[in-house]
Amino acid sequence: MNEEVTPLPSLEQDQTSEQTIEEIVASLGETVGEPRVDDPKMSVSNVNVFYAEKQAIFGVDLDIANNEVISMIGPSGCGKSTLLRCLNRMNDTIPICKVTGELMLDGEDIYGKDTDPVLLRARVGMVFQKPNPFPKSIYENVAYGPRLHGLNRNKADLDDIVVNSLKKAGIYNEVKNRLDESGTSLSGGQQQRLCIARTIACSPEVILMDEPCSALDPIATAKIEELIDELRENYAIAIVTHSMQQAARVSQRTAYFHLGKLVEVGDTDTIFTNPSHELTENYITGRFG
Amino acid sequence: MSAQDKRDTTELVQSSLQRRYAREKRFRFFGLAAITASLTFLAVLLITITLRGLPAFKQTFIQLDITLDAKTLGTDENPDTDALRKANYNGTIKNSLLALFPDVKKRADKKRLYKLVSNGAQYDLQRKVMADPSLIGETFTIWLPVGDDTNGYIQGNIDTTLPEKKRRFKDNQVQWVETLKENNQIERRFNYTFFERGDSREPEMAGIKGSLFGSMLTLTVTLLLSFPVAVATAIYLEEFAPKNRWTDIIEVNINNLAAVPSIVFGLLGLAIFINFFNLPRSAPIVGGLVLSLMTLPTIIISARAALKSVPPSIRDAALGVGASKLQVVFHHVLPLAMPGILTGTIIGMAQALGETAPLLMIGMVAFIVDVPTSLTDPATVLPVQIYQWADLPEKGFVEKTSAAIMVLLAFLIMMNAVAVYLRRKFERKW
Ligand SMILES: Nc1ncnc2c1ncn2[C@@H]1O[C@H](COP(=O)(O)OP(=O)(O)OP(=O)(O)O)[C@@H](O)[C@H]1O
Ligand SMILES: [Mg+2]
Repeated sequence: MNEEVTPLPSLEQDQTSEQTIEEIVASLGETVGEPRVDDPKMSVSNVNVFYAEKQAIFGVDLDIANNEVISMIGPSGCGKSTLLRCLNRMNDTIPICKVTGELMLDGEDIYGKDTDPVLLRARVGMVFQKPNPFPKSIYENVAYGPRLHGLNRNKADLDDIVVNSLKKAGIYNEVKNRLDESGTSLSGGQQQRLCIARTIACSPEVILMDEPCSALDPIATAKIEELIDELRENYAIAIVTHSMQQAARVSQRTAYFHLGKLVEVGDTDTIFTNPSHELTENYITGRFG
Repeated sequence: MSAQDKRDTTELVQSSLQRRYAREKRFRFFGLAAITASLTFLAVLLITITLRGLPAFKQTFIQLDITLDAKTLGTDENPDTDALRKANYNGTIKNSLLALFPDVKKRADKKRLYKLVSNGAQYDLQRKVMADPSLIGETFTIWLPVGDDTNGYIQGNIDTTLPEKKRRFKDNQVQWVETLKENNQIERRFNYTFFERGDSREPEMAGIKGSLFGSMLTLTVTLLLSFPVAVATAIYLEEFAPKNRWTDIIEVNINNLAAVPSIVFGLLGLAIFINFFNLPRSAPIVGGLVLSLMTLPTIIISARAALKSVPPSIRDAALGVGASKLQVVFHHVLPLAMPGILTGTIIGMAQALGETAPLLMIGMVAFIVDVPTSLTDPATVLPVQIYQWADLPEKGFVEKTSAAIMVLLAFLIMMNAVAVYLRRKFERKW
């Protein structure tokens, strides 16, 4: 590529570079676009995340709206997963991880003293990059969450929840005759949909998805994208993805991160057709990342 | 890259490939050789032990007609239990032997004749009579165990071509036994005594039951104490404890404990459990406590390794649907770690089963005849019993030693089988 492009801050701190990450981040300037929405489901304000001494997220402001899919894109290592894991406090399991700033769910501080992370995770479900069904039966996989939270009154209730969740996740027809087989015996795509069913079964309010399709083939990906679109009716969804097409297909808003900084956020259409920030443009046109 | 370069690369790879294959072949050969060597040694060991131990599972019996007259017994016609216990059964046995061979007159010869029957035979007779006192005054036939030398002769362990002076089994004894054999009054039978009795000074009366029960009781205490404590410790350290200087110190100490020579645990047990807490000596409870101390670090270390090897994605998954930390551990992590924990446990228990040194320190080496029935009864354990029998000169104890080793190995295999079964039950793929 011989095009004249303005030199970009390099992702890895190579030895020749004199700049520290902090300086590069400072040079990125303010977030372009409107991170706020009316009546947000979740709201992130001035959040910094540190892994020991190393800062991974720099002063991010972002809202997640109801009945909306917001996609988070950006080069590898820019902190998308880190931010996502803050939203349901999965970062609590990493002892060196420290979060400052304000994260709200329905106006309540999720890092506040009164918030129970276990309850929070029941309200904010998560689907992981690698399908991770429990090594138990398909039925048990889905029934586990509701049973934990006591969402069912009896066995019939539980059966209903399981069947409905599997249906919503679009996998019921494939597994209805083998509910007692191990969840790990399914194909990768089926496993991921099973994980989605498991998340839905807890009837969360928000669903976080960290590259849910990265291990899947196009057909399975298409099924899951369809599913995400349907789920939007009832949930607020945040999805991390490396696929620009996927972001364009499933999300209404898109946030572009760079080195832990939220560079640009806005309507997906606008971001992909008419990005304002140079870095965003470079990234989505494939010149970078 | 030109075509020339490509060809060169291929050649280079090919030439190095041969060397690599040769290396692999050599490695495989050494591996196979090592396995063959160890299997051979194992086979030799097992075969010699079995060959030596097998005769101990049979015992020789002699048929005698016993006349229980009160005079010889030294009791009255209707003795009470105490008198029955103290009665002179030896005398009646001697009488019936003399009745079989009325020609024996000399004192020395009589003594030799009496030696045909085991010293312990009187207890068999005592048991029978005490169970049925109406036998007094009657005459009946009974099979009694023969003495150690006689047993050795029957088994062919005594070389009769040696001059009489050089052997314990004399010519006239040989004659008597041959006569008895002809009359079908000598028989080899399965050695129930070996499994029904505790230790004895007479090899033909010595049994494994005492030490087997001692081992069982001791190991039960060990398992019940060390398994839950070790698993709880491992879970706490691996899943809950903050990573700081204190947990580091604890970790280092646990690893050190695993390397402490076992006899030190014995000294510790003596000082703490017996001298300070005044627990009884030679008791399985103390043995179990000492062996638990020894087994704990082994199980803790393997349990931690097993917990660590559970994929983090499973923890994430469980946390993600809102399980609490404890639920994550008990619903998902622990079941997945169970096979590994069980492997560590069985290694620890096998070590404990074979341990002698610390038990010597707490007095489990005493000569104990009674079969222990509770945790505070004096007892000994299988390996100590083997050590004791191996030390004794009588021919019969040589067999008994090997037989006891066989019982120990059988115990070990049984424990392993249980562990394998449990592991199968827990094993799941992920
Ligand atoms: N457990 C951790 N300990 C220390 N540093 C971490 C940890 N997890 C992430 N980081 C660091 O935080 C930064 C952001 O990581 P993160 O996983 O959020 O990136 P990402 O945007 O999700 O990347 P990818 O697209 O490759 O998944 C990286 O520089 C990474 O090295
Ligand atoms: Mg990531």
